[in-house]
Amino acid sequence: MVARLAVGDATVGELAHPYDVSVQAVSKHIKVLIDAGLVSQSKDAQRRPCHLEAEVFDLMTKWIERYRQQAQERYDRLDVVLAEMRSDEQPTHRRNRQQGAAS
Amino acid sequence: MNVTSNSYQVSIEADPTLPIIRITRDFDATPAQLMRAHTDPELFARWVGPNGMETKIVDWDATTGGRWRYVAGRDGEEYGFHGCFHEVGQDRIVQTFTFDGQPDGVALETLQFEDLGDGRTRLHAQSLVDSFEGRDQWLASGMETGVDEGYAKLDALLAALR
Repeated sequence: MVARLAVGDATVGELAHPYDVSVQAVSKHIKVLIDAGLVSQSKDAQRRPCHLEAEVFDLMTKWIERYRQQAQERYDRLDVVLAEMRSDEQPTHRRNRQQGAAS
Repeated sequence: MNVTSNSYQVSIEADPTLPIIRITRDFDATPAQLMRAHTDPELFARWVGPNGMETKIVDWDATTGGRWRYVAGRDGEEYGFHGCFHEVGQDRIVQTFTFDGQPDGVALETLQFEDLGDGRTRLHAQSLVDSFEGRDQWLASGMETGVDEGYAKLDALLAALR
């Protein structure tokens, strides 16, 4: 739900839609979020869209960036392993030559 | 810390409508080499990480229907992970992933190796978890200690939603 609100404001009905849950259940969750000061709900008329406070939005962005950074470190290590595999393979002609023949 | 002068960047996407995380990253390797680096336990243990942790492979059968288990350790602390290889194909691996610390949680991971030609391959890694809360906890895991007020607040919130 937090992830959905990070994309844009949404009504309780819109939030309930992708889940197999009732609008009442989502309302209950939204109330927890509002009480925690993480979400606000505009007062205008019927739609009353829910809005994610900037603090949480920043948090999601930080999480994702941190996760990305971990993946980056992991795959930089994989580059080293792959470079070693390439040099091991060079003496024997095991390389896939799908593209090489044209040039 | 990059080994190559121009290290390929990871791009990441948290799907807004499904509890999925997608990662894309290019490599100077053929799909076959990338497959070997994912299925040979000695090679895999060398890069899977996280940074500063040593990975011990406990159980490893990288074939369709096989299973895997490894332990990542540092300073006497150990974190175990396990899962099954649902499918190990030519250029695709489908597997489950569970952190022993959260035995009820399971992610379905699909790794696709797309041949870009000229000895380059694009990795598409997709992880599907069973809820948005689970995904957000997963994204938040591995955050530095010294969590500020906002993180603590959100932890409490996620606990309340569970």
